[in-house]
Amino acid sequence: MLRSYKLHWRKKMNLEPLRAELEEIIPGSVMEIITNPSPSAQHSLLINPEHGLAVATYLRDAPDLRFDYCSNVTGIDWPAPETPGKVGLKEMEEDIEQDGDEDDCAKAGYLEVVYHLYSMEKKHGPVILRMRTCDRGKRVHLPSFTPIWRSADFQEREIFDLFGVIFDGHPDLRRILMWDEFKDHPMRRDYVEPDDYEYEPTAHDEVLKKTMQHHSKHQ
Amino acid sequence: MTTLTAPSQTPKLSPKPSFLGDESQLLEVSMGPQHPSTHGVFRMDVALDGEHVVKLKPIFGYLHRNHEKIAENETYLGSMPYTDRLDYFCSITNNWAYALAVETLAGIVVPERAEYLRVITAELTRLQNHTCLIGFLLQDMGASGTPLMYAFREREKILDLFESLTGARMMCNYMRFGGCRVDLPAGWLEQAKAVVAAYPKFLDEFEALLSGSEIMMARTQGVGVMSAELAINAGITGPLLRASGVNYDLRKVDKYGIYDRFQFRIPLGDHGDVYDRYMIRVLEMRESIKILEQAMRDLPEGLIQDPKTKVRNFRPKPGEAYGRIESPKGELGFYLVSDGTPKPYRYRVRPPSLINLTVLEDMCLGRNIADVVIILGSVDIVMGEVDR
Repeated sequence: MLRSYKLHWRKKMNLEPLRAELEEIIPGSVMEIITNPSPSAQHSLLINPEHGLAVATYLRDAPDLRFDYCSNVTGIDWPAPETPGKVGLKEMEEDIEQDGDEDDCAKAGYLEVVYHLYSMEKKHGPVILRMRTCDRGKRVHLPSFTPIWRSADFQEREIFDLFGVIFDGHPDLRRILMWDEFKDHPMRRDYVEPDDYEYEPTAHDEVLKKTMQHHSKHQ
Repeated sequence: MTTLTAPSQTPKLSPKPSFLGDESQLLEVSMGPQHPSTHGVFRMDVALDGEHVVKLKPIFGYLHRNHEKIAENETYLGSMPYTDRLDYFCSITNNWAYALAVETLAGIVVPERAEYLRVITAELTRLQNHTCLIGFLLQDMGASGTPLMYAFREREKILDLFESLTGARMMCNYMRFGGCRVDLPAGWLEQAKAVVAAYPKFLDEFEALLSGSEIMMARTQGVGVMSAELAINAGITGPLLRASGVNYDLRKVDKYGIYDRFQFRIPLGDHGDVYDRYMIRVLEMRESIKILEQAMRDLPEGLIQDPKTKVRNFRPKPGEAYGRIESPKGELGFYLVSDGTPKPYRYRVRPPSLINLTVLEDMCLGRNIADVVIILGSVDIVMGEVDR
């Protein structure tokens, strides 16, 4: 009776040996195993972005792993948890002290990129990789996996378009679904749709001047 | 223990032959977004040297409505009818992929009869999708009218079945978490058996017209060749992958639902060209008929949804799940992140049509402009799914 999701349990890979293997070959590459408490039990590996490419190359090329197929690439936006309304003086002092720390990711929120890897050769998987940006503002750079798996090409472009993660090493990082002049990243949790979304100004003032530039000068 | 010095099988990232001639002599053509051969609002910026393609950039987003954002502001069940609109040819397989992801996320059990109903409706969907695709492919080739009308005649019979079962011909909205929405009406199974029993005869007729046709072979054989290595690396799935000779079908690999109970084979291609893709689809339809015959023979009595399954105010526990099925176009996956509220925190569709377009340029380079139309036709895209 329980077959439909027990199947997934049976196939899921035990991540502890994989983590040990990765740690041995690329020290400092795996930051932690993110456990998934839901019945799906699809746990994932949080990868240090600095070693991202090395981990991906190893997972693809190691003969006993051969994760040759990167199925799904997606982003998740985790904004900073809302600050409680009333903060005691002592806590505020602590906050100020910690402001200078490097490790303030939890406070600023972060963007997360998730890769689902399978092996077509060995028919196993998934191994789920995650990488996190430092914050949601300017430090949103992550290594691109497109040089390793081309299937990440359009999907990383989509994450760049909709979430605003910048993938270093992507051969052609452009907006894919929104138009080129679009400014914001609509899949972020705090995105606010503009009021005049479909408003197009009639030809007057600046617009008229621009229009006139296209007209013949001898009229 | 393996080391990093393992033989690195680096795929050709962009095997693009550089154009050595005068760049100013190239003709840039914008095919689409309103060109009838682009199967919807899809655009290709093509640079031509004479008749040959030297550059091709796919451009999409004309049908983008941010399906994922809308679903994140909707309850889990509320997105179910909206998944129909992704790939509007195969609404039932879209429903199944979403239901499977939610069932994986929440650990919901599906009764036996519902599993059989899912297989029957999904394989009927595959039949009509592949039939239509061949019709469209021939239409793209210039075989105006006849093959498409033959295909639509057969598709109509399947759509009639869907209509009497779900109330809608295309937007079926048939699956529910842990089962299906409605049970079979009286007489439906006999009607469906008659349609399936008559299908091989239609396929024979269709093949007699097309498979040996000299013009068809001349236009498709050796056109749009894709190597198996490139297909795997670019994440190509579905008939397109199997035409390149890679044995990867999620019905066999994942055995989701009850696919391990049926006897069927996976057809594989040798050359990875457009003709193989056509042939794979014909053979896949014949295998689907086998599955349908077995499923309709063994269909048990019973419930179609466990009455204890929570339908209203459904809140899965925090966590995430990725569920994927073999839709007629390839691997259709749904990735869900739950934060314990009635709405999904993250809802992601892995569209097979979009990712199958990754290598469109590689397949088209060096070919004639008329071949681009056929190659795109053989990829089988639906813009509702590509743009989301």
